[in-house]
Amino acid sequence: MIDFVSQLPILMIVLPLVTAPICVLLGGRQLTYILALIVAWCVFAISLACLIQVNQSGPIHYEIGNWKPPYGIEYVVDALSGFVLMFVSFLGAIVLTYGKASIDKEIPHSKHYLFYATYLLCMTGLMGMCITGDLFNVFVFLEISSLSSYALISLGKSRRAPLAALQYLILGTIGATFLLIGIGLLYQMTGTLNMADIAGRLDVENGGRTLLVAFAFMTIGLFIKMAVFPLHTWLPNAYTYAPSVVTAFIAATATKISVYAFIRLIYGIFTPDFAFNTQPLDSALLAMSLIGIFIASAAAIYQSDVKRLLAYSSIGQIGYMLLGIGLVSVGGLAGGIVHMFNHALIKGGLFMAIGCFALRIGSVKLDDLRGAGKTMPWTSLAFTIGGLGLIGVPLTAGFISKWMLLTSSFEAGRPQVAAMMLVSSLLAVVYVWKVVETLYFADPSDAAAKAKEAPMSMLVPLYVVIAATVVFGVWTDWSAGLAQQAAEFLFTGAKQ
Amino acid sequence: MTPENLILIAMALPLVAAIWVALFGKIPNVREAGSIVVSIATFAVCCMLATHVFADARPSVTLSEMLPGFSISFTVEPLGMLFALIASGLWILTTIYAIGYMRGHHETNQTRFFVCFAVAIFAALAAAFAGNLFTLFVAYEIMTVSTYPLVTHHGDEKARAGGRVYLGILLSTSIAFFMLAIVWTWHLAGTLDFKPGGILELAYRGGKIETLGLAILLGLFAYGIGKAALMPFHRWLPAAMVAPTPVSALLHAVAVVKVGVFSVLKIVVYIFGYDLIRETGVSEWLCYVAGASILIGSLVAMTKDNLKARLAYSTVSQLAYITLGAAIATSGSIIGSGMHIAMHAVGKITLFFCAGAIYVAAHKSNISDMRGLGRAMPFTFGAFLLACISIIGLPPGGGAWSKWFLAVGTADRGMWFLLATLMISSLLNIAYLVPVPILAFMTPKGAERQTFKEAPLMCVVPLCITAVGSVLLFFFADQIYDVLLPITEVTKEVKS
Repeated sequence: MIDFVSQLPILMIVLPLVTAPICVLLGGRQLTYILALIVAWCVFAISLACLIQVNQSGPIHYEIGNWKPPYGIEYVVDALSGFVLMFVSFLGAIVLTYGKASIDKEIPHSKHYLFYATYLLCMTGLMGMCITGDLFNVFVFLEISSLSSYALISLGKSRRAPLAALQYLILGTIGATFLLIGIGLLYQMTGTLNMADIAGRLDVENGGRTLLVAFAFMTIGLFIKMAVFPLHTWLPNAYTYAPSVVTAFIAATATKISVYAFIRLIYGIFTPDFAFNTQPLDSALLAMSLIGIFIASAAAIYQSDVKRLLAYSSIGQIGYMLLGIGLVSVGGLAGGIVHMFNHALIKGGLFMAIGCFALRIGSVKLDDLRGAGKTMPWTSLAFTIGGLGLIGVPLTAGFISKWMLLTSSFEAGRPQVAAMMLVSSLLAVVYVWKVVETLYFADPSDAAAKAKEAPMSMLVPLYVVIAATVVFGVWTDWSAGLAQQAAEFLFTGAKQ
Repeated sequence: MTPENLILIAMALPLVAAIWVALFGKIPNVREAGSIVVSIATFAVCCMLATHVFADARPSVTLSEMLPGFSISFTVEPLGMLFALIASGLWILTTIYAIGYMRGHHETNQTRFFVCFAVAIFAALAAAFAGNLFTLFVAYEIMTVSTYPLVTHHGDEKARAGGRVYLGILLSTSIAFFMLAIVWTWHLAGTLDFKPGGILELAYRGGKIETLGLAILLGLFAYGIGKAALMPFHRWLPAAMVAPTPVSALLHAVAVVKVGVFSVLKIVVYIFGYDLIRETGVSEWLCYVAGASILIGSLVAMTKDNLKARLAYSTVSQLAYITLGAAIATSGSIIGSGMHIAMHAVGKITLFFCAGAIYVAAHKSNISDMRGLGRAMPFTFGAFLLACISIIGLPPGGGAWSKWFLAVGTADRGMWFLLATLMISSLLNIAYLVPVPILAFMTPKGAERQTFKEAPLMCVVPLCITAVGSVLLFFFADQIYDVLLPITEVTKEVKS
């Protein structure tokens, strides 16, 4: 009899992967939904169990088929991946719980079983990228998550949805190909695909041009996937035209996983010494992220569609995470990691609130949302709280990550970065306030005046997420504490 | 009851009032009775707390610690206690006045009004009791946000425009400057606690920050606390005058603006340590900026015909007195500043009460229309005259003492130019305040007699009480002096 507990890491991936085709075979709407829901929550439970185990007894290494690495594929759950796995699976599960009514309305009923199957596949891909210790496997899972998200986006009701998906497909494929080229070069240099093994064999000091080219390709490839300015062009359309549920899920998780892969790339393979001392990536990251934050936030101010507004805000927020990496300190990295988590909650919550508006009002244009604060008070309140988190108001999760980034930039001797971060959050004030003012202080539009409050099935999960953004703004052991551990783990690992 | 519990009760009571008002919004008499009872209870609790604090106790409560050394905590010291007493005491009168005003004026949305009002008072008390910079910042922001619906109460385009200026200036200065200064302080001192003698001296002596840096930090605080309305960031205060008069009275003459100058004073005393400020001379520029603010504010006030606008600019000018006292940083000027918070509060609230009473009774807001109105409203204009005397700083008005201490402070530092500024400003005060009652009492021959009556009793009684209070303070100034003396003494002890 196999020890069940030791099989948890593989179950996290296999469970949704296997359930997806079962959904297709079963067909039907209700049954597949329930099945997908159960699996999603199971995956969350497993990831939570793994995280706790990592906290107690150190990283878990799982060898698939008992093939010893570097010959076989290895799954690794450590402080960082455990943390990321936990929140990705949580958001995957909670968004699915919330989404029933919205899915019923926005997606043709005949395609529901396909939707749930694709959703699970997408989740599998994201989790897989996170857990695997094999570089080629990262590419495989990246493609699984990407292909399924193209499909999910194209399900949007708008006629522009397929176009947006195509746009994403083209850029996403370029990104993935770049990553693959980089992997190929690394394989050629070291003859292995296991990340830890590559790190051991790679001579970063005398790697020469091949190493540099590999690094550049992989970095740019991931930048496209995480929509770093100016490689962000696929994102606004994809987020705007995708079904609400898909937007909530992808916005909360997909770009963060790429940030995670980027952190792994630097700390797990190329070493921070190579990235930040031999190559000036830290200055480049700071410059790019600040420019990105300012331009994307400014662009968000001028959007009339709230989904698009939040999409631009996402591009800006990715900048904060890269900023944390670019500060090259434990505090900065921890700030970046915790911002991945906090922003996942905040953006997830905001897009969930937007989904409620879309359900009841039928549009998320600012003009149509006028005065919705009266008819949909709970959804509006949730949006407001989430918006405060996005700005980084104290007592919300957003503040904690901003605070860590601010103090770290002072410690890194870059107070001007802190000043610019604060000025940039003023832009966030403007675009959040624009929506809040529309909701509460404008004369009601016809659609908003007739709207009812969203159903409880959506409100309850929405408020779970929104409450989490407040809880993690006050008690930070499970967010900042874990991120701090992960950052310390990465730094000590890199030094060895 | 322990003083620690009293702190929490004092802050909880306004929130109780807010909930009560929200619950019984449909039954105005029950709603208002609750407001009055709770406001009296709050004041009583503050008085009980004051007996401990003025007997040299420094009760302290920590609610939650978010990151190590970074917490929401409250510590009561004399300056904060005095401010809490003023705010809670005047809250009683304002509540009574507001009931008379809102009903006499048939305002809509009275429930929202009283809820936001109570929350603002909660924020004022939290700021008064704040034990560290972060708690102060949170209270400051709660106050900004909770007063926004009060400013935009009328809901028309004018109110919304005023609200936008209000929120825009207060939020952006607090995020861009105040927050930056807090992060910087944390970086320098490793703590944010208010400590007698300040927390920055060590960093300065240790060479972690230059004199110029210290001056910039002080500037970030002085301008970051936009509620102190130091020019050129004063525009929000006149903009806030679109609010109903009780709001202008309690919030924009007492709670909101006083939170601003109180914070500046507290930061000078407990973060920098006023000895450090005086010895390094980092505040010299601030003295002159405050001096300019005093003069320009008075000059602009003279040009305003709208009574509330004139009072608003007068407030801008009077607030700069308090900032000036903090910047001069002698023990006398610090006490003078603390006193002026009390003296100006009582005087200015009377003036605003009068402006509101005139508006309710006669629907007049321009000074030029008030000719001869004094015969019809003798109590209102009598009170106005008494309060004028206090604001100008003539005996037997309370303001005489605080201005005396401030003037002595400038003389101590040999700042003769500023001494002259203070004197000229007093003359200007006479020029723009005294004509109002004189004009009202002198009916020119042949003019029509004004046929208006006094405002409702609930409006007139509170304003008479505060007017008498502003005179009484002249005779009881030594009590305030004794109470405030410990703040300056502790500093010396720590130093030796």
